[in-house]
Amino acid sequence: MFSTSLTVENLFASRGGFLLFENVSFALHAGEALRITGPNGSGKTTLLRCLAGFLRADKGTISSLADNAVYYLGHSNAMKPQLSVAENLTFWAEIEGSSHIDAALETLNLTRLKDLAFSVLSSGQKRRVAVARLLLAPRPVWLLDEPTVGLDMVSIAIFEAVLNQHLKAGGVVIAATHTPLGNTSWQSLDLQPVKA
Amino acid sequence: MITALYKRDVRLGFRAGGGAMIAVLFFMSVIIMMPFAVGPDLKLLAKLGPAFLWVGALLASLLGLERLFQADREDGSLDQFLLNAGLPELALMVFVKCLAHWTVTGLPLVLSVPMFGLFLNMEPMAVLATMATLAIGTPAIAFIGAVGAAAGVTLARGGLLVAIIVLPVIVPVLIFGVSAADAAVNQSQPFLAPFALLSALCLFFAVSGPFAAALFLKGLDE
Repeated sequence: MFSTSLTVENLFASRGGFLLFENVSFALHAGEALRITGPNGSGKTTLLRCLAGFLRADKGTISSLADNAVYYLGHSNAMKPQLSVAENLTFWAEIEGSSHIDAALETLNLTRLKDLAFSVLSSGQKRRVAVARLLLAPRPVWLLDEPTVGLDMVSIAIFEAVLNQHLKAGGVVIAATHTPLGNTSWQSLDLQPVKA
Repeated sequence: MITALYKRDVRLGFRAGGGAMIAVLFFMSVIIMMPFAVGPDLKLLAKLGPAFLWVGALLASLLGLERLFQADREDGSLDQFLLNAGLPELALMVFVKCLAHWTVTGLPLVLSVPMFGLFLNMEPMAVLATMATLAIGTPAIAFIGAVGAAAGVTLARGGLLVAIIVLPVIVPVLIFGVSAADAAVNQSQPFLAPFALLSALCLFFAVSGPFAAALFLKGLDE
């Protein structure tokens, strides 16, 4: 069980001199999830990258009870095309201080593909490998940027089950997505372009 | 964690498109051309041998340097290294990547010196001295190069720019490396003093290079 909480207060962020969003505030406690929606360029990725610590916000505070505890799943899958699925996942497992990849492979139906080079997979299969990385070691906060891009209906259902499992364990999920994801118990945040 | 990263980068270096042998092939092309350019004067070739080998190895080490962090940035791995990491952890990551890069590109250069020394009519002692200095000098070049590679990581065609950024800092390494290697040929020169300075430079850049590169990588998005 995790005991996590994440609070964001009055966050302002801009990219390349343009103000993307202003006064974004929310609070998430253990087992809660947030869905971020909004048109292209409204700052969904920027908000996630601020939360991950890659970007500094212009103003506002981000406070988390759980340190060193974030998984970030970005647009790119963070896998090497020259290595096999198993080699890629074993590497990330070792980085996370674990060595078991079988359970993660099993959950996402990847066991059959584990010896294939990552470069020959379809884009949906690649995304499934990237999602499998989230299961290698327990991390309370999951930041997901368009996690379901390329996934088929079956895989989306598996992914939602994975998310529910994580929330049940007391984790926190923040996902930027265009496709409906999660259920009505999720908080939602709609980012709209700031009017100049 | 350290061994996992090292193993992965070495493995990638030897896979297709990893560029492991590119540096040695470039080194070979430079050295093979030297006897043709200098002419049939065997004494002159032997005298210039250590300098030729050093310049060749230096330029070969700069090849592919700009890819050190670029591939990781493009596929999103760099984000994962930056996540949850402070400056010391990041510097350690850079250090390990430099070691792996050196194993794949620098070490083959050092090991190929005996063969290329033959082309330059070098004495066994001169070959040994050049190997020893290159074994210390090429890691130093990798640690300095990491700073340039981190600074130029966003540039799609940054190869030459990275080389030009790091060359001035590499000059002292070249000077002490060649003068130590020369000592084996020219008895009037001391070997130990320049060799000790070369080793000191290598240790200095092994610490400062990764930290400087880590600072660049941390500020990447801002």
